[in-house]
Amino acid sequence: MAHGGTVQRMDELAALESPAHRLDARAKAVVTFAFLVAVMSFPRHEVVALAPYVLYPVALLSLGGIPARWILKKLLVAAPFALFIGLFNPLLDRQPVALPGGLFVAAGWLSFASILARFALTVSAALALVACTGMDRLCAGLERLGLPRAFAVQLLFLHRYLFVISDEARRMRYGLALRTADGRAPSLRVYGSLLGHLLLRSMDRAQRIYGAMLARGFDGEIRILGTARWTARDALFTTGWLAFFAAARFWNLPEFAGRLLTGELR
Amino acid sequence: MHMADALISPAVGGTMWAASAGLLAWCARKIRQTLDHRLVPMMGVLGAFIFASQMINFSIPGTGSSGHLGGGLILAILLGPHAAFLVIASVLTVQALFFADGGLLALGCNIWNLGFYPAFIAFPFIYKPLAGANRATPRAWAAAILAAVIGLQLGAFSVVLETTASGISELPFGSFVLLMSPVHLAIGIVEGLATATVVAFVARARPEAVPSPAGSASLKPALIGLGIAALIVGGAVSWFASAHPDGLEWSIAKVSGREEVGGGAALHEKLARVQEKTAFLPDYGFQPAEEPAAEGEPGPEPWPAVSAGTTVSGVVGGLLVLLVAGAAGLALRPRRVAS
Repeated sequence: MAHGGTVQRMDELAALESPAHRLDARAKAVVTFAFLVAVMSFPRHEVVALAPYVLYPVALLSLGGIPARWILKKLLVAAPFALFIGLFNPLLDRQPVALPGGLFVAAGWLSFASILARFALTVSAALALVACTGMDRLCAGLERLGLPRAFAVQLLFLHRYLFVISDEARRMRYGLALRTADGRAPSLRVYGSLLGHLLLRSMDRAQRIYGAMLARGFDGEIRILGTARWTARDALFTTGWLAFFAAARFWNLPEFAGRLLTGELR
Repeated sequence: MHMADALISPAVGGTMWAASAGLLAWCARKIRQTLDHRLVPMMGVLGAFIFASQMINFSIPGTGSSGHLGGGLILAILLGPHAAFLVIASVLTVQALFFADGGLLALGCNIWNLGFYPAFIAFPFIYKPLAGANRATPRAWAAAILAAVIGLQLGAFSVVLETTASGISELPFGSFVLLMSPVHLAIGIVEGLATATVVAFVARARPEAVPSPAGSASLKPALIGLGIAALIVGGAVSWFASAHPDGLEWSIAKVSGREEVGGGAALHEKLARVQEKTAFLPDYGFQPAEEPAAEGEPGPEPWPAVSAGTTVSGVVGGLLVLLVAGAAGLALRPRRVAS
């Protein structure tokens, strides 16, 4: 539940300097979205053809200098839901499928493997996007792509005050822990006044922020500073990956490579 | 209830993205039109509050588990539906981007499931007309619980619809409903309790912080809301029951290893009968479950436990009991002499 910690770590990573970080946020957002759509558009039993797509998150992460262990840990934490729902597939889809080598498995195992592969791909790509872009640049980029201004501003505000309010909640939790003997969660009554106070403090803070904004000339319109410039490198990045995704979608590249290696190709 | 990308097809994801994006744009415009500039920092900070509130739990009496605030309903109560929808959407976006909690392609689904129902169905049609002016009465509590339960049930139902329509999970529609519905009933009660408690506290400590309802004590909006909920659920159940009769042949008992709940044909029959008799389900006794209740089931409300083994009629019956309990709470509320 260490919300602050996760977000903080992500912001640290996003503040790094690297070729991946220097790319325009719009390029990365568009490519990542195309990536998600391409991966999810495969038929459900497909496993092998998904392999080439590993390239994109891996390339972005290593280009950006994001530690792989951190991403893997996040994948594990997020896995249970996909795992839980996916696990029904082998139980429900029992049609035998021949694998190379004379083995037979239930078709459900294939779709289960496919779900896990899709999960790892989509989650790591999404995390890579944020870790290599950062919330400020991402919101500015998305706003220029047509995200409603009010929503972009809301995302930025939420991101900015996440720590502040989380710290407040953490201090309350310490205070509570120091004053209770058994370490159990408080009763509903106590909870109501704790959280109610947290809510009131949050609202007071919003009031102060509003006052500060007014003092600085806020007129109801937030202007997001977009310094990013679309360069040839961004265009190359976008077109290159989109072409690759399309190629990997329409041709089964791993099978092709396998045939090439085993000499079956003529 | 956050859906991951791995279980969503692009068609379903795209449709829900379009729906949520449209609603988002509309809400953004509505908020601009109110010209209440204070909303800008308030929305951001309350979004952060929803995150932070999940760090503090309360213990649920009678069980070993604890619960916390969900978010959608309390935001709607404090900010109104439009701003609340925007805040929920932003919270879900940050969760997807930073915590991998729910996917990006599935973000449209998640925003719809967790934002639209609490903000635009449960709050305006259930909570607002039922809660009354005083937020500390049993009536306001019952309204919060009912609104939270209905909001979450609709959301859980949409999760099932979207997953089934995507066709990646093999889980049949009926069984998936049976998995999701009781769990989210429990979560809904917990969320309703938490919401009601916090709202009651704030209303007492600083009454002006909680916008008071319009004052219309009419039950009509509530009935409309319940009607919409029943239509969505009932319509989808009957549609799937007729479209995939064989999908129901599988009963959850076989997978979970619990005691048999009856053959698939019986289940199908029951589903068919549920859609016929939405009124009162005369043929089904509401059996209390033999197993101990899951997680945080028995709240302070008298409540028959629903185990994962119960059938659809149990779920529908459970909702009905909740409705009756809510109505009883309304009828029994202390009458005060106007002073």
